[in-house]
Amino acid sequence: MTYRFLSALALIAALATPALADEPGPGGSKPPVAKTGEEVYRTYCQACHMADAKGATGAGTFPALAKNERLGTTAYAAYIVANGKGGMPWFKDMLSKDQAQALLGYLRTHYGNNYKEPVTAADVEAFGQKPTR
Amino acid sequence: MEAGRGMPTRRQMLHAIGLMGGTAAIYQMMTTFGHAAETRFPGPPNLSGARKGSSVIVLGAGLAGMLAAYELEKAGYKVQILEYQGRPGGRNWSIYGGDKITEMGGATQNVGFAKGNYLNPGPWRIPHHHKTLLHYCKAFGVALEPFIQFNHNAYVHNTDAFGGAPQRYRMLAADFEGGVAELLGKAIDQKALDTKLTGEDVDRLKEALRSWGMLDQDMRYTKGLRSSSHRGFDLPPGGGVNGAPKPSDLLPFDEVVKSGIASNMAFFMNDEFQTTMFQPVGGMGKIGEGFARQVGRLVTYNAKVTKLMQDKTGVSVSYADTVKGGAMTAKADFCVCTIPLTVLSQIETNLSEKKQAAIAAVPYSNSVKIGLEMRRRFWEEDQDIFGGHSFTNQEIGLISYPNNNFFQDGPAVLLGAFASGPGGYRLAGMTPEQRIEAALAQGSVFHPEQYRKEFLNGASVSWNRTPWVMGCCARWNEDTRREHYQELVALEDRIVLAGEHASYVGCWMEGSLLSSLDAITRLHKRALEA
Repeated sequence: MTYRFLSALALIAALATPALADEPGPGGSKPPVAKTGEEVYRTYCQACHMADAKGATGAGTFPALAKNERLGTTAYAAYIVANGKGGMPWFKDMLSKDQAQALLGYLRTHYGNNYKEPVTAADVEAFGQKPTR
Repeated sequence: MEAGRGMPTRRQMLHAIGLMGGTAAIYQMMTTFGHAAETRFPGPPNLSGARKGSSVIVLGAGLAGMLAAYELEKAGYKVQILEYQGRPGGRNWSIYGGDKITEMGGATQNVGFAKGNYLNPGPWRIPHHHKTLLHYCKAFGVALEPFIQFNHNAYVHNTDAFGGAPQRYRMLAADFEGGVAELLGKAIDQKALDTKLTGEDVDRLKEALRSWGMLDQDMRYTKGLRSSSHRGFDLPPGGGVNGAPKPSDLLPFDEVVKSGIASNMAFFMNDEFQTTMFQPVGGMGKIGEGFARQVGRLVTYNAKVTKLMQDKTGVSVSYADTVKGGAMTAKADFCVCTIPLTVLSQIETNLSEKKQAAIAAVPYSNSVKIGLEMRRRFWEEDQDIFGGHSFTNQEIGLISYPNNNFFQDGPAVLLGAFASGPGGYRLAGMTPEQRIEAALAQGSVFHPEQYRKEFLNGASVSWNRTPWVMGCCARWNEDTRREHYQELVALEDRIVLAGEHASYVGCWMEGSLLSSLDAITRLHKRALEA
């Protein structure tokens, strides 16, 4: 096979969804692109941390982000969102830099958090370039 | 799941090559990469000869835990199981009318499905080569029936192709294959493909492309009876005076490619998604019930484990009764712990630092499933769709049609969403009512006339908000596998972990069972050596 043909194959393969588990399939399951910090929170975070950011407890606990002193350290919060912690997955390949910046800025100034210092581009260096859709 | 997106895996590469290059190419690639057998199940373990009086405590009455209990009891151990829920089965679960679902965050749903209808919120299909699971289904009297995995007549929808109009799978697949075959044929004629092929090889390959892609004598994919015999007719063959068929128009090739149909075709080539697939008669939860018929008497329900400790003399498990209240302690010589890592990582243990690091290193995937009960089987009656899936790139991911009770009158439940990744998070963050509305709005793209009109009621499960697992499945990647997997599965003195998270068959029931058998085999050996 020629090199060109092989690259065409690789392109097609790249579009296919890997099957590492029982999963929906190749469609994608894509939400509307979240732009503001609140939209990012509603789309990705409140599934676990809840709409009021107070978290919840079952057999274990999803921590509250409301009145959470750890949000006072932007680098820490950015690290957790990018890389995950325990059962929480990494979001650095799901959120863009813009989305992460907006999200962290939103969380630091809502739900009883009052950290006025803005989140900078350097804080969200770990995140992807593009929105997920 | 998302982790691998954008980067072709070995498996995808093989599929893409197999799809386009045929068996010779795939054989070559397989020899290069190494070929895996279909199953790793050697048969039931036949453990025996446990020391008199030795005991095992199993944490979790999911499939891994119940299998461990079953085989260890047979081997002669005294076994008890602690389970957080009030039911056995774990993620092996079916939801029926009359059930109540309570999520983390407090939202509750009272399921209104008619008798006999159900939603499988977790596992829902069984590959024919998951032989451990099939073995125990047979042994425990769980009846299986076909799961209609592949339906050529279902739809594929992509918001970016055909102006958002869904197309039948077979039309897209036939037109993709026809278009690719024609292009490859041209490439061969222009000597742009492969200089190593002999003239004879080239002739054979061209004939293969012609018959695979339904090309005409001139190696062109054109409108006609030949292409229509794959993609469907405008007017199908009939009888008598007007019996002659009319061929159908081809879809524009650029739109066909844009629809992403190649990914759908590759999806069905994944070894775990190939036919034949099975489902239990009456709901996936029948498997958990089958296991519970064997070991249900050993289970203490509503037991929330709060502490797991071991020392030279044995294992001590502290737990709280979540219904009656009160703190208890259970002791045993050994422990098989199948608690999901999301939860186990928050329980106090005296396991080694390395083990605790492994337990805390594996995040969980997300997933939402939504069941919609419809007044009648309009997909069968109006669209000739019998089982299988219609795919979409909207949040719901797909809708899937019931695989049982074909042609029957009365309400039926279809799967209105199987969403993971970004769309799954958004649906999970909604209230149950909002999820149903989203599922109706998005699913209507396939059945605009009937979807809302025939809707009766619905139920949804967000795995993130499911209190006893707080996620869907363990998400390993190459780094965590390298750094933590062996440590996670290693027997540590008297405690061993088991479950889908302790396997390479992640998110499948087969993985939890294979993990369990491996864990108890090592535990038994250790117990005899003690």
